[in-house]
Amino acid sequence: MSNVAEAHAHAHHEHHETFVSKYIFSMDHKMIARQFLITAVIMGVVGMMLSIMFRLQLGWDGESFALLNTLLGDKWAPNGVLDKNMYMSLVTIHGTIMVFFVLTGGLSGTFSNLLIPLQIGARDMASGFLNMLSYWFFFVSSIIMLLSLFLEGGAASGGWTIYPPLSALPQAMPGSGAGMTWWLISMALFVISSLLGSLNYIVTILNLRTKGMKMTRLPLTIWAFLVTAIIGVLSFPVLLSAVVLLIMDRTMGTAFYLSDIIIAGEVLEATGGSPILYEHLFWFLGHPEVYIVLIPALGITSEVISTSSRKPIFGYRAMIGSICAIGFLSFIVWGHHMFVSGMSPFLGSVFVFTTLLIAIPSAVKAFNYLTTLWRGNIVFTPAMLFSIGLVSTFVSGGLTGIILADSALDITVHDTYFVVGHFHIVMGMSAIFGMFAGVYHWFPKLFGRMMNTKLGYVHFWLTIISGYGVFFPMHFLGLAGAPRRYYSYSDYPMFENMVDLNQFVTIFAILGGLAQLILLYNFFYSAMYGQKAVQNPWKSNTLEWTTPVEHIHGNWPGAIPEVKRWPYDYSKPGFEEDFVPQTVPLGPDEEEH
Amino acid sequence: MTSIFVVLIIAMAVIAIAQLSRIHQLSNNLRGKREEDISDTSNKVNAFLMLSSMFVYFGFVIWQMVVWGPYMLPEAASEHGKDIDQLFAVNWFILLTVFFGVHVLLFYFPFKYYRRKGTKAYYFTHDNKLEFIWTIVPSVTLAGIIIFGLITWNKIQKTEDENPLRIELYAKQFDWTARYTGSDNEMGNANYLLVSGSNPLGIMTKQTINEKLDEYAADIAKLQASLANVMPDHKREEVEDKIAVYERFVARIMDFNNTKRNLNAGLDDQLVKGEMHLPIGKEVEFFIRSQDVIHSAFMPHFRMQMNAVPGEITRFVMKPTITTEEMRIKMDDPDFNYILLCNKICGSAHYNMQMDVIVESQAEYDQWMSEQKVFIAESGNTENSKENKIAEL
Repeated sequence: MSNVAEAHAHAHHEHHETFVSKYIFSMDHKMIARQFLITAVIMGVVGMMLSIMFRLQLGWDGESFALLNTLLGDKWAPNGVLDKNMYMSLVTIHGTIMVFFVLTGGLSGTFSNLLIPLQIGARDMASGFLNMLSYWFFFVSSIIMLLSLFLEGGAASGGWTIYPPLSALPQAMPGSGAGMTWWLISMALFVISSLLGSLNYIVTILNLRTKGMKMTRLPLTIWAFLVTAIIGVLSFPVLLSAVVLLIMDRTMGTAFYLSDIIIAGEVLEATGGSPILYEHLFWFLGHPEVYIVLIPALGITSEVISTSSRKPIFGYRAMIGSICAIGFLSFIVWGHHMFVSGMSPFLGSVFVFTTLLIAIPSAVKAFNYLTTLWRGNIVFTPAMLFSIGLVSTFVSGGLTGIILADSALDITVHDTYFVVGHFHIVMGMSAIFGMFAGVYHWFPKLFGRMMNTKLGYVHFWLTIISGYGVFFPMHFLGLAGAPRRYYSYSDYPMFENMVDLNQFVTIFAILGGLAQLILLYNFFYSAMYGQKAVQNPWKSNTLEWTTPVEHIHGNWPGAIPEVKRWPYDYSKPGFEEDFVPQTVPLGPDEEEH
Repeated sequence: MTSIFVVLIIAMAVIAIAQLSRIHQLSNNLRGKREEDISDTSNKVNAFLMLSSMFVYFGFVIWQMVVWGPYMLPEAASEHGKDIDQLFAVNWFILLTVFFGVHVLLFYFPFKYYRRKGTKAYYFTHDNKLEFIWTIVPSVTLAGIIIFGLITWNKIQKTEDENPLRIELYAKQFDWTARYTGSDNEMGNANYLLVSGSNPLGIMTKQTINEKLDEYAADIAKLQASLANVMPDHKREEVEDKIAVYERFVARIMDFNNTKRNLNAGLDDQLVKGEMHLPIGKEVEFFIRSQDVIHSAFMPHFRMQMNAVPGEITRFVMKPTITTEEMRIKMDDPDFNYILLCNKICGSAHYNMQMDVIVESQAEYDQWMSEQKVFIAESGNTENSKENKIAEL
């Protein structure tokens, strides 16, 4: 297999590349990784800006902001006050962009593409063409999602979960008209992109590993990408079917999700459908999706913590086991999103049980990270700071998940800000931190240059402070009974004490947003003018650091290196250096970990 | 004007940082310093920041508990709510212990073990005994959490009272209607096809069925008459389709008459809006319906939440234990009211779909109830609806 790829790669060397084939319709995994990353950065900036716009309304209800009027115009922010329908659209599109476009497409798309061939020792992905298609589906779907913000009736506004009948009936709210149609088209394309990508990742990891790269010698990043891709392949099609049925309900008069409805004075004929069916289908993807977002971040962190502690990752096999366990369990927990949907209480108890089980492999991972740090020789690169930040947020956010998994407790906090706080600490901080760590760590591999370390420090400390400042108080808001997705709380005497809290959150959100400007500057400036990277800046063991700094087709100029040992031989006794690359053969008496 | 200033200041700050970092980088390049070489000073600074962030983080968490803790929901005002609160307390105890414990290690280790000259990390790949311990300990703890949680969950589902007070909560964009059963404690059947201005919940009685049938008959007749006019083909098709739809509605409504439903149960039902009253210490069984999209009946003080799903009837049982008056004294707030909120995104005015809930003594409740109109009177048919109903029975 690898011979074929090799010949293929050599053939490529002869090609003369045009601008289009090199930078646009590229089939090279490294270029595609960069395309995914830059698209995700742009989407992330938009997602962040949307959140600051609606945070302004939440912090200062009904107050006029010239900025909002400038950005949104007279229709959606008359006199600088955010319109309530636009508020709903902003919330919806913010969630969609962050979950799917940044943390799924951006995180998996970038790092699976970049690292899978480089770390397993392959010339490229199994199918460069599918890989290219995957990016372009992602690109088109991003464009459609962004353009939907400019539609006459506003973008989709039923929340990122778009439960019908709200999303199925254009009369139900303005965003359920054209905005929802565009959302559905965009998501359908996104699912295709994700499927093409995931299939490619799985096939590549299983078939194109270099000689000696046993499954038990794979870096944990690759294990994470493999499990993520498998989850994606098994769950995204279910979302696609949910979307197709919803499109049919919207356009062809079917009644999969509709029953006994009078909307805007019109009596609908539909009877016998059930919105609960949609909830089941959606969360069958929706929950694994949380792990599609998180597992790659955990993989990246494992790699960075080990490298920067100059110490083997503790419990390598337990780490693989827990990733697989989390991946498997993620499929049988979706019902915990539906404890108060009217679903059978017995079924509810089953989901309580399965959901809380996930805490066990998660706890194992957290303890293994701690032990890796213990007696290490820690170097604080920006990537390492973000990885430690990930562990902190993973613990903080994971623990509140235990509350939400308990159906009896969920009755009180379901759909309140407690949930918002919980999943933002896990996704908006943990997963994003994993992505940041990946960017700082593999920037030399992505762009051949180094990012500015000092700016990285400032970025990290500002980000973690503002992140906790934004999301931690939300737990208190939720425990005070404040529902999420409310445009205003002024009509409720019970929430009048929480005005300060909301302003506190908004101020930190703005600070957090500004902190990202540092990253943006560092990212784009360093990509163009940063210090030129050396081949193995972090003194790391994995194969990607044996490739030349300048990107070439086929990754290695000569033969693909063979792998002789696992990737975590840091500070191994008996070696002069504190790292032993995977290509170094085992000594005569040396044991493999 | 201020916003221009803010933008200017931000822009200048960004430029300043950018320039500083460029100068820094250029001088680094001159000195031959590389970005990946983390100096001992910056390593040490970050290590100290790690340790201090432990104090900052813990301090922040405790500060929030002090400042915002008092605004969290007061003690549960319902029987099952007390069980939930107890479960909360146990869970919080476990979770906060883990939270503080893990974070102490997480922030202390980077401080203790930052890189020092001449040291090497300890090569420690795995330890089966250690890993076994931290698989078993969380498992046992979680087993406890699961068991306690499920016991509470099952307890909540149980109805104690054979004959609880039955109330329907009917949701539509963007208000709630509560339906009481009247003297017979039996909720009349309802169907969305019967909904009209005078019958907002679509209650099934002989009268409402006939009214609706008459209405459709009139509509169909009108449409058929309009077919006699000259009109374009697509318009004609539209009208014909509409007639067909109405005819199907008529067939479905006729069916209500044929089934063995009790069409009298709804006559004495009582509909209220804006304010719902509950007697203290009496179990209430809520039947929750929706007319259009998914809503959610959320009464945080009673620890109650259940979605309203179109096409289905969901249910939740609870027993209020603290009257509104008592709660006002406890909270030292004479204006306090229990509240029913919508907690599932339902459209533009989702944020303002509320109803006050008043818990009072049985006597006060009976008094209030007797002032509420009976359904058949509300349809505006007769003044003396009660007599009418008796005659019909």
